[in-house]
Amino acid sequence: MPAIQSPATEEVHPDVALVARAKAGDTAAFEQLVRQYERQIFRVAQHITQNREDAEDITQDAFLKAYEKLEQFQGNSKFSTWLVRIAVNESLMRLRKRKTSKTVSMDEDVRTEEGSIPRDFAEWRPNPEQQYNQAELADILRKTIQGLPPGFRTVFTLRDVENLSTEETAEALGLSVPAVKSRLLRARLQLRERLSRYFRQKQEGQPA
Amino acid sequence: MNCTDLLSHLSDYFDDQLTTELREEISEHTAGCQHCRVVLNTTHQTIEVYKGNEIYEVSPGLRERLHSAIMAKCLAKR
Repeated sequence: MPAIQSPATEEVHPDVALVARAKAGDTAAFEQLVRQYERQIFRVAQHITQNREDAEDITQDAFLKAYEKLEQFQGNSKFSTWLVRIAVNESLMRLRKRKTSKTVSMDEDVRTEEGSIPRDFAEWRPNPEQQYNQAELADILRKTIQGLPPGFRTVFTLRDVENLSTEETAEALGLSVPAVKSRLLRARLQLRERLSRYFRQKQEGQPA
Repeated sequence: MNCTDLLSHLSDYFDDQLTTELREEISEHTAGCQHCRVVLNTTHQTIEVYKGNEIYEVSPGLRERLHSAIMAKCLAKR
């Protein structure tokens, strides 16, 4: 007689229990969630706003908002995705305040194709990371990503820096999956083009 | 596959979301097209260099300050 197979149990994310405890008024559980995600939320806010003071304020406000609206979190997505969405909205609001005459949204920079079509076809020097010390390299990477439009910068940050999936990124930004994919490709190509200026191999008659 | 097709599949290629057949087509194309080979290699390096380097460091001091501020704000709302 064949053994009866028990159905595979779906793995429950550890945050589910923490959120349930936090909803029931357990401050220590909420504090654990803060510990888990405060660095990520700060990095996301700094990537979007490019401003450290704003990122500090946004991180505090995002957690406060999450704390106040915890009852509204239904668990249809990961807690971290819900939190990132709050932080992204807070960050975009902050950018809007800074550019009072201009709307800042995830859609404002999708019209331009500039920088998405590859123009630089030089290979990079082997291991550009060994060409610079860590501080110099971080400076190059910061300057390069600062030049991207906010909508592209945000998608790239969530997907390639914070390792959210395409679906999670779409959910956090209120975009469709195809829109995330399209922006991610353009962000990656624009960054590649900009980094090539630093890392390209010397070619005859061309400056490095 | 031509250069434009390759470009449209580039992100899915890096995210490992292509069929074996499409991956093989990309390999065949890049074997004979230096421009696409360079774009593929350097885009891959772009992603890796950002993944491997934290460009906005959160120092222990900043983290503690942030954490205390978050908890103080939240607890004041109870």
